[in-house]
Amino acid sequence: MILVQQLVLGLLVGGLYGLAAAGLSLVFGVLKVLNVAHGELIMLGGYGAFWLWVLLGFDPLLALPLVVAGALAFGVLLYWGLFAFVVRAHEETRIKNSLLIGFGLALATHALAVRLWTADERSITTTYAGAVLSLGPIAIPLVRLASLVLAFALIGALHLLLQRWRWGRAIRATAEDWEAAALTGIDVRRAYLLAFAIGTGLAGAAGTLVSVGYSISPSIGLEWTLKALIVVVLAGLGSMLGTFVGGLVLGLAEAASAFAFGGPYREVVGLVIFLAVLVARPRGLFAR
Amino acid sequence: MLEVEAVEAAYGPFLALSGVTLRVGPGEIVALLGPNGAGKTTLIRCVTGLLVPRAGRIRFGGAGLVGLLPHAIVERGLAVVPEGRRLFGGMTVEENLDLGAFTPHARAGLGRGRERIYEIFPILRERRRQLAGTLSGGQQQMVAIGRALMAAPRLLILDEPSLGLAPRIVETILGVIGEINRGGVSILLVEQNVQAALGLAHRAYILEAGRVAGEGSGPALLQDPHVRRAYLGPLASLPGSRPPLP
Repeated sequence: MILVQQLVLGLLVGGLYGLAAAGLSLVFGVLKVLNVAHGELIMLGGYGAFWLWVLLGFDPLLALPLVVAGALAFGVLLYWGLFAFVVRAHEETRIKNSLLIGFGLALATHALAVRLWTADERSITTTYAGAVLSLGPIAIPLVRLASLVLAFALIGALHLLLQRWRWGRAIRATAEDWEAAALTGIDVRRAYLLAFAIGTGLAGAAGTLVSVGYSISPSIGLEWTLKALIVVVLAGLGSMLGTFVGGLVLGLAEAASAFAFGGPYREVVGLVIFLAVLVARPRGLFAR
Repeated sequence: MLEVEAVEAAYGPFLALSGVTLRVGPGEIVALLGPNGAGKTTLIRCVTGLLVPRAGRIRFGGAGLVGLLPHAIVERGLAVVPEGRRLFGGMTVEENLDLGAFTPHARAGLGRGRERIYEIFPILRERRRQLAGTLSGGQQQMVAIGRALMAAPRLLILDEPSLGLAPRIVETILGVIGEINRGGVSILLVEQNVQAALGLAHRAYILEAGRVAGEGSGPALLQDPHVRRAYLGPLASLPGSRPPLP
């Protein structure tokens, strides 16, 4: 029963891994830019929701759309300020340049967050934070369950956006072959901007959900970037639904290994999966 | 309609085009011939905005194109079927076609344009929900041409449209190119299949080592001994050994 309980919790956190990874995957797949500060963007989103709750008394459910909107706008600024000139480079040099920029951004954001908000761990504890759904001996924290559902809904919305929206299709076309997309009449730079902004928006959403069901501090960024990277490698690029499933798989695998080998091994399993997938299926488990 | 004037282009220190001048008039089919590495694709990259020439001018409909981004050039009515087709393989045939009408100018006629493509290539209507990457080479070429036509171009550039296709399909494709031209679209055709290209084109340019080595009307170049020796091979020197393409 302890195993089942662990797996349930693993599945719940896995939904957030999926959501965190979706943003990273979108940016990487479209811009060919690896934003290693993605976890820091999640952290900022978490603080956004946290302060909306503390200072203005906003329920996190109400804060979610506000944080996403703010993150979208922040993504636009970040793209214009830091990444717009990276994507002018040849595709092979983009990754190197983006790593430098990403690490710089991550360090600066982390230091700034410590300065502004101290290194304390925080979390949003609403009146319903402790509510639990009991299924026999299994306890499911309601807030985390709601987070999983919301994460899935957001991924579904993103999927529809990329399938149906004119610019969503343009983003997919740019991801496949930016030159062909440009020759088709797509303003590739606009597609980059939109993809980056949406990726940042997703990070904001993930951060909000993390601050409710779990906790945030200025130093969580690297951990979330790592989880997102593992999921991206696990699921491969191209399918947002696949990415979400990859997040769930990672959550379950972590829970199972923590049960089998003890808590400290929780973090190890992700890296083992990371290496195993890179060796065996470098294009990801779900790649066509 | 398209005027290329003394265009020079380089990849790093390597000069790929050293002063190319050519023009495509309204309603014309102009063939661009030449061996691999002559600079044909480089010239197309300059005209479509993927590469900024080092020197020279490119004008389309009287306005300069150098410095414009590719999508802005498409918007002005110049569409290209790139070498190797470059379809979005993970998308359906219909999504590929619809993306061709992405510019504001083309979007108005999206539904009508799509119908027209399905009339030209009926097989694409049957395959419209299929992923473009799973089509045969000939069908992929049809989608590539259809996608470019969706932009409602005044000038259509085709880069090696017959490459790797079965002769029967090549005939279909060339027939369609003629038909598109009769519909009022100028054509710039880059082709390795010299005999076919010269049979179709009103005029042709021969590009060698980054410069124009010859030009003339299609039939005249077909009779030119240098062209015959260099591009048509020994068999072609026997008159009437190959049936002319329709």
